[in-house]
Amino acid sequence: MIEVAGLTKRYGPTLAVSDVSFEVQKGEVLGFLGPNGAGKTTTMRVITGYLAPSEGRIRVAGYDVVDEPLEAKRRTGYLPETPPVYPDMTVTEYLAFVARIKGVGRREIKKRIEEVSEKCAVTDVQRRQIGKLSKGYRQRVGLAQALIHNPDVLILDEPTAGLDPKQIIETRELIKGLAGQHTVVLSTHILPEVSKTCQRVLVINTGKIVASGTPDELTHRLQGYETVLLTVEGPAAEIMDKLQRVIGVNVVEPREAADSRVTFEVHAEKGRDVRAELARAVVESQWKLLELKTSGLSLEDIFLKLTTKDLSEESAAKDLPSALGSDLEEKSPASEN
Amino acid sequence: MRNVFAVAGKELRAYFHSPIAYLVMTVYAGLCGFFFYSFTATYVMQSFRMQAMGGMGAPPMSLNEYIIRPLLAGVLTVVLLLLVPLITMRLYAEEKRSGTIELLMTSPLTDLQIILGKFLGALALYAVLIAVTFFYIGILFVYGNPNAKPLLAQILGLLVYGAALLALGMWFSTLTKNQIVAGVIAFAVFLLLFVLDWVTAYSTGTAGRVISYMSLTTHFDNFAKGVIDLSDVVFYFSVTFMGIFLTARSVEALKGRA
Repeated sequence: MIEVAGLTKRYGPTLAVSDVSFEVQKGEVLGFLGPNGAGKTTTMRVITGYLAPSEGRIRVAGYDVVDEPLEAKRRTGYLPETPPVYPDMTVTEYLAFVARIKGVGRREIKKRIEEVSEKCAVTDVQRRQIGKLSKGYRQRVGLAQALIHNPDVLILDEPTAGLDPKQIIETRELIKGLAGQHTVVLSTHILPEVSKTCQRVLVINTGKIVASGTPDELTHRLQGYETVLLTVEGPAAEIMDKLQRVIGVNVVEPREAADSRVTFEVHAEKGRDVRAELARAVVESQWKLLELKTSGLSLEDIFLKLTTKDLSEESAAKDLPSALGSDLEEKSPASEN
Repeated sequence: MRNVFAVAGKELRAYFHSPIAYLVMTVYAGLCGFFFYSFTATYVMQSFRMQAMGGMGAPPMSLNEYIIRPLLAGVLTVVLLLLVPLITMRLYAEEKRSGTIELLMTSPLTDLQIILGKFLGALALYAVLIAVTFFYIGILFVYGNPNAKPLLAQILGLLVYGAALLALGMWFSTLTKNQIVAGVIAFAVFLLLFVLDWVTAYSTGTAGRVISYMSLTTHFDNFAKGVIDLSDVVFYFSVTFMGIFLTARSVEALKGRA
């Protein structure tokens, strides 16, 4: 339904989106996940024809958005990050205007307004001015607007941003209900949203796709081990050495060090709980165990891992040794002896 | 065409849903009424004086020459010059600020349909102002008998004059997200184009004539007299097309940036 091939978008010298390609099948719900400024909104704006791509081809329902923009736009519904509403119109007036410019037939307009108002639960505020509605209602009016011409493709930019938890759940249910009839692309920087509403996820960072797959696939791919965090007061190198020898432990990484306290991240074999062993090892050696907790790799961590990959690798390589002091490296051979 | 009218209707409704239309109409009706009164009062005084001086045989002073023409050419063109920025400043700036421009530009409308719709909406409000003017002039017909023929040229003149200003003002509105900035730019440019005529009042060289030609208000003089000169119509139409063309270029440029 949507084909994006080699999309690149530059704003002057800044590269907002760089060589992004993906496809969305009919009836699928695709989630764009990425931190703010990753290029989600830009990508969506190009798909909807609001911005022209610098390079690449984008087809919506078989129509190229650059060569046949009107045909493509006729089949696209778009809810930008801030709902594009006119505050001094009533909900009905607004939907009637949108229906007209989206090319809904004169006779169908009334029927369509009723249908989308009901679907988006704005029927009870139809006669009120949009400017006087709450944020939640305004968002729903925005969604109603995107649906009014019954488009094949729905592009929703952060549809749940700024809503309260109840509204968020309602909106998600609504979006789920749209899957199947409509092809939906939505963006978010909130992780649970993706696992709850999307069948497929594209993780975008600094204008590039860094991962894609179903939410489950992503979790499995990256979570190959159990993680335990523990903070101990004592000699860092010795502690590390001792922890390393606990059965089931694969890797011990120092995370933070303050005064004589060190926090370690311990990776253990999958499915093995090494907490009791670790605690015993520390206490036996008369060090002070300050904190011990498991840290399961949630979607949140995956997200951070993917989007801050460069950063974390660099910091692991450079920052930490210097933060811990080079004494760690100097002492570790000594403790082996 | 249906799309153009949809946008035009939306614009016109927006004017009347906000204080802008009422503010502009009140200011205009007030100023128009004041000047109409002062020209009429002067006319009455002078015609009394003429009669007192014994000019009984002389033809009565023309209402067209002493009231309508100075009212339109001398005063109202300047008043409109100052009010048109209030009408045009919101056209694009407001949509850019509120994000509704995304709705328009992702709808199956061509840029030109949006531009013409906005232009027609603004022109409709402007036409209401012109109607106010002719309400005042109508009073003259009740109490006197001015010549009605020049009115046609005057109405046409005010419309093409306004169209040119509106098109330019619309262009300025595409340049910024801030309505006030758009309004001030339009105001400054209009004022400059108006005073160009003063600057060149005493110069007779070619440069002087070219600059004088560019003045927005000089081309109105013939219309005010009741004369439709094709070159004046062409001038205002050219400015209108230029404004619309520049608006289109500017909207096109929005797609490249953001």
